[in-house]
Amino acid sequence: MGKCTFKGGVHPFDGKEFSKDKPIKELFPQGEMVFPLSQHIGAPAVPVVAKGDHVLAGQLIAEAGGFVSANIHSSVSGTVKAIEPRTLATGGKCNSIVIENDGEYSEVTYVPKKLEELSKEEILGRIKDAGVVGMGGAGFPTHVKLSPKNPESIDYIIVNGAECEPYLTSDYRRMLEEPDKVVMGLKVALAIFDHAKGIIGIEDNKPEAIRIMQEKTAGEPDIEVKVLKTKYPQGGERCLIYATTGRSINSSMLPADAGCIVHNIDTIFSIYLAVIEGKPLTKRIVTVTGDGVNNPGNFYVWLGMNYRQLLDAAGGVVGEPQKYISGGPMMGFAMYSLDVPVVKGSSSLLVMREDIVSKIESSACIRCGRCGEGCPSHLLPAKLASLASRNDEAGFVKLDGMECVECGSCSYICPAKRPLTQQIKAMRRTVMANRRKK
Amino acid sequence: MSEVFNVSTNPHVRSSASTQTIMRDVLIALAPAGIFGIYNFGLDALIRIVVGIAACVAVEALYQYLMHKKVTVLDLSAAVTGLLIALNIPPTLNVGYEILGCAFAIIIVKQLFGGLGQNFMNPALAARCFLLIAFTGPMTTFVYDGIAGATPLAVLKPGSEAEGTAELLDMFIGTHGGVIGETSVICLLLGAAYLLVRKVISWRIPVTYVATFAVLIFLLAPEHQFDAVYMLKEICVGGLILGAFFMATDYVTSPITPAGKIVFGVILGILTFIFRMYGGSAEGVSYAIIFSNLLVPLIERVTVPKSFGKQKPVKEAK
Repeated sequence: MGKCTFKGGVHPFDGKEFSKDKPIKELFPQGEMVFPLSQHIGAPAVPVVAKGDHVLAGQLIAEAGGFVSANIHSSVSGTVKAIEPRTLATGGKCNSIVIENDGEYSEVTYVPKKLEELSKEEILGRIKDAGVVGMGGAGFPTHVKLSPKNPESIDYIIVNGAECEPYLTSDYRRMLEEPDKVVMGLKVALAIFDHAKGIIGIEDNKPEAIRIMQEKTAGEPDIEVKVLKTKYPQGGERCLIYATTGRSINSSMLPADAGCIVHNIDTIFSIYLAVIEGKPLTKRIVTVTGDGVNNPGNFYVWLGMNYRQLLDAAGGVVGEPQKYISGGPMMGFAMYSLDVPVVKGSSSLLVMREDIVSKIESSACIRCGRCGEGCPSHLLPAKLASLASRNDEAGFVKLDGMECVECGSCSYICPAKRPLTQQIKAMRRTVMANRRKK
Repeated sequence: MSEVFNVSTNPHVRSSASTQTIMRDVLIALAPAGIFGIYNFGLDALIRIVVGIAACVAVEALYQYLMHKKVTVLDLSAAVTGLLIALNIPPTLNVGYEILGCAFAIIIVKQLFGGLGQNFMNPALAARCFLLIAFTGPMTTFVYDGIAGATPLAVLKPGSEAEGTAELLDMFIGTHGGVIGETSVICLLLGAAYLLVRKVISWRIPVTYVATFAVLIFLLAPEHQFDAVYMLKEICVGGLILGAFFMATDYVTSPITPAGKIVFGVILGILTFIFRMYGGSAEGVSYAIIFSNLLVPLIERVTVPKSFGKQKPVKEAK
């Protein structure tokens, strides 16, 4: 069987060498912990604790504020210091619960269950209670994803082990170190649907992960490991669905419309913890990497922890790095402050000594068409960007500018170094804002 | 630790390819044909090549300097234009004419329309056509081994009374008269292979161009229908290979869409066939490409690729 892939994409320097062989290290947090009320897509969570309250690790501190929302739990034991706006890695401010860690780590008691004992509703309930959201970055509440309109139409649950974003190795380490729990998490998700099959998609630059997952799923007739070609953005939802099942969706469709549900590796792991061990989502793996840190590595981190502590754990910085990115180099957010907390969607802290983007100058478009060849949505980024620069909303929509997934491939590949993704992104915001007005 | 970090939106990395590296690849790819031209025609060819590149670069730099624009000759696009002009003129052409052609290409065709990326026709070919019309005699006089004679292309033309030889092997290797860079098919293909491997050009335009032309010659060539040898000779002769791989593939003046590239190649094949078989002059490649350049915006308009996941039924349901 050939390797699964999609048409388009680019091959950025993958930088995984920095951290891929570093085993996951648990990191104990110090000082205050910050829990933003919006760590997910949808309504912010509503605090159920007040200033001065004492909380235990694993205790619910904010409740889902609607159907599309998620619970938030404290990762440590301590005292609620304040509920106030705090800066996030993405740059904005968000109302957050601040807890002073007492260093005791006293936990609430968790109630483990066996999969066989649970009904579908109970499984979904346990996932919802645990506050599990998509941990690849977008943060869509998992229980909502697992409750599609027509559950009987779901054919596949796809686990995204592509980790196509350069430098990131957290999913890779998870597959290497906890393969049984990942497989169990997938079995839990499959149990919600009558005839769904599981697919674990892994890029071929991770042969070790492919080998282990194949070994662990050998006795599972309903789970298949699919080898993907290494190419960015292979792990993009639409690309991954196409690569593994041949089905394609556009921006107006949900994966469920193609009978698919896609979950990140760490999300699947959290489903396992929530349903089988009864533990809420309070920890995640964060890769701290790049040429700007002394000892890149993968860390098992308490949510709410300060990014500065991550940096210290990786041996501090080398020289004076110019750029700090939350997430990967293709879709991550450049941070202006390190005083931000680790949240459910924080996959990585990437520290770059040199910021090449600030040094390059963009020149005239030579119409080479590389942007179109690299576009996973098969658009013409050069044309869209020029329409965007002229603020031609109608033309932009006509050329399917709204189908863009903002993966950054066009800006990456452009030989004239034009800010294509940036122009298109800005125009998309404008179009969306105008649509809301109507 | 510095507390001032750089902030920008994603992506935070860029590929190493730049306009300059692409143009450098084109120069490298044209080197075999240029070197063969010098071997074939001697010092005359070398002078024309050096003058062509120097003139284009100098004119562009001077124009941009005088117009208070950023001087961008380091992107090497002017050097590519200069080399292509040199490869598209006979080695005997007056150097003054050549410089005039270079100035025409850079100022009139390229800079007045907004510089790199904005010209609507290939500057080098526009210069060649300008010179062909202005100085028809010197542009179509070909001296080989000290003897002025007809090129194989003129010999092959239907109804031609030109005398001379037209051996396939000579054409493939390039030991015959013609413009400096067009004679050696093997050297041109070597360069083309380099561009394809480096992914500077795609196969779409050159392959559909040559294939369309070949099919039409094979089926319809006056006096030579179903003559495979004649077809091969027509492919190897004149500026077809040079034009198909190095001029028709010019990014700026060819369609950006994959389907558009194929349409473009087919149109080029048809036009070249008509011009060569029925036109007044022996060569038709330059005019075919120049004319098709004008159709590019229209071709692009009808060949917008289908975006991923877009489905008809969904569209109707809206």
